[in-house]
Amino acid sequence: MHIVVPIKQTPDTTATITVDASGRISWGDAPLIVNPWDEFAIEESLRLKEKFGGKVTVLTMGPESAKEALKQAVAMGCDEAILLHDPAFEGSDAVVTAAILAAAIRKLGTVDLVFMGKESVDGNSAQVPPALARRLGWPLLAYVGKIREIDPAGRTIVVERILEEGRQVVRAPLPAVLSAMQMNEPRYPSFMGIRKAARMQIPIWTAADLGLAPEQVGAAASAARWPAVFAPPKQEVQCEFIQGESPEEIARALVDRLLAEKVL
Amino acid sequence: MDFRLSDEHRMVQQMVREFAEREIRPVIKEHDRAQKPIPWLFERMAALGLLGICIPVKYGGAGMDYISLGLACEELERIDSSLRVVMSVHVALNSLSLLQWGTEEQKQRYLVPQAKGEKIAAYALTEPGAGSDAAAIRTTARRQGDVYILNGEKTWISLADLADHFLVIAKTDPEKGHRGMSAFIVERSFPGVKTGTIHGKLGVRAGNTGWIVFENTPVPVENRLGEEGEGFYIAMAALDNGRYTVAAGATGLIRACLEASVKYANERMTFGRRIGEHQLVQEMIAKMAANYEIARLLYLRAGWMKNMGLRNTRETSLAKWFATEAAVQAALDAIQIHGAYGYSDEYDVERYLRNAKGEVIYEGTSQIHTILQAEYALGYRKDRPLRCELPAYDPEIWRAEPAMA
Repeated sequence: MHIVVPIKQTPDTTATITVDASGRISWGDAPLIVNPWDEFAIEESLRLKEKFGGKVTVLTMGPESAKEALKQAVAMGCDEAILLHDPAFEGSDAVVTAAILAAAIRKLGTVDLVFMGKESVDGNSAQVPPALARRLGWPLLAYVGKIREIDPAGRTIVVERILEEGRQVVRAPLPAVLSAMQMNEPRYPSFMGIRKAARMQIPIWTAADLGLAPEQVGAAASAARWPAVFAPPKQEVQCEFIQGESPEEIARALVDRLLAEKVL
Repeated sequence: MDFRLSDEHRMVQQMVREFAEREIRPVIKEHDRAQKPIPWLFERMAALGLLGICIPVKYGGAGMDYISLGLACEELERIDSSLRVVMSVHVALNSLSLLQWGTEEQKQRYLVPQAKGEKIAAYALTEPGAGSDAAAIRTTARRQGDVYILNGEKTWISLADLADHFLVIAKTDPEKGHRGMSAFIVERSFPGVKTGTIHGKLGVRAGNTGWIVFENTPVPVENRLGEEGEGFYIAMAALDNGRYTVAAGATGLIRACLEASVKYANERMTFGRRIGEHQLVQEMIAKMAANYEIARLLYLRAGWMKNMGLRNTRETSLAKWFATEAAVQAALDAIQIHGAYGYSDEYDVERYLRNAKGEVIYEGTSQIHTILQAEYALGYRKDRPLRCELPAYDPEIWRAEPAMA
């Protein structure tokens, strides 16, 4: 099986995000990490490789420094890594990003599965997986919580999707695009993986390598506009201690209060 | 000169940091309070390859360099000293001694399972009557045909109750002082080996420390490490490696103090301002920040010297002395910054102080290191070459797979 995992390098989840008056977003000097949702996709892909054989290719679109995220994925056990980097890519929205990823995946040849996080922790749009599936013309299995079975010979996959109402079991033909929920415990990089990743020369694919014209990528090709960017207003939080003689009394008072506030 | 960490070192650092944060931080306070080691710790550290981090792949290790060992120790002790103690004892004092002095048979028999983490190893030099004055040990090893008969008592031995293998220093010729000492690989399963726990330590309470008694313990001649009479030199060479891990670990402890103090100083308000805006608090933070950087550079230099195969007794002693003294000061100041909260175990800083205090005592007290540094500076002390030096790090050799039998 050949599994492709498109990942994103994001600020650490503990970073303090600030927005200045001109709408510029900053996370200070917070470290950059592999988008945590993508780590679930990497882990699940590595497990599939261990079970069925084959290889896992990880790719990301981003600056040269995003190679760090790719190396992290290789250190975890991914076999190959490709950086999609071109100054022309800057300002691409989710749909254009998906187009660039789709071009890269086609260039990779035979691919059985594309597995990515359900969204990135910085953009949070969750638009890339569906847009990518549409571009590739493959089925989309979003918000996957479990892979029930894969039949590589019969070229089908059965997954459980996590929906607000519950779980939905879906069967689809391969190749398909999957987006991962918190479905496993991602492994740490191994020392052997670290050594491999440190040595690895990561190829860079530009727009030209992908057969994309400059006007097909970047801000120029993107429909999404960001007319105003601002930090969410601070919420006033009031804390109230519920007192009482016994735990039962406190619990009763708490329930009354929650009912009065229409929380329950 | 390049002060940046390589990709490889950065990834090692990140991996160990993540492990310690994710798996140890949530449980360490409870184990420290209960004075109980984390039962699954060795298994997890072995699975990650930490127990053989800088041992060549052909001896079951992970094939990384000595700087990786230091970085791992810094990250581990940032969470708790008991984790770093495992690295000091199992990897540095014991396993690296086998790498440095061991015969091929000894390496195959003892180093390989240790590097894989299948067997746990400890180092037994200190005795009730001999610490800094190592030549004053009284444990004896009397040659009788193909075995040595060991008798004596060791104390303050980290992992005494948990280790499978001990590197024991004993007197083979009590008349000859430090030239009459020899080193032995002793298995727990040998007859007459008894161990027990020391309770009530001030710090490293999640770590196991204890005593070992040898009662007519027969040790095969082939388990002698190095030559007869070489024990003192082996013990001191082991400390060059042990002290390196203590230096790196103490650096992590300073960082833990700094991080906790910065966080608290930015949250806590007094007189209408964050306490970080008060200059006397700033002074303590500034010292921690400076000492962290100094300690880090000192241990990284010692690690680089080990990689190069350069003798580093002086530099490692300096790194250990500076980092551990700075760790005690950083922990004291971190408590001061936290005020009354820092004085309770609701916050971690009180544990940092209890752990830091041990570090200016073990692996050479601060007084011993002070004298060493003075003697080097005055020209009274010169290092003589050893019969076996710690091998320089060679990536080709370290990463070569074992030849198929």
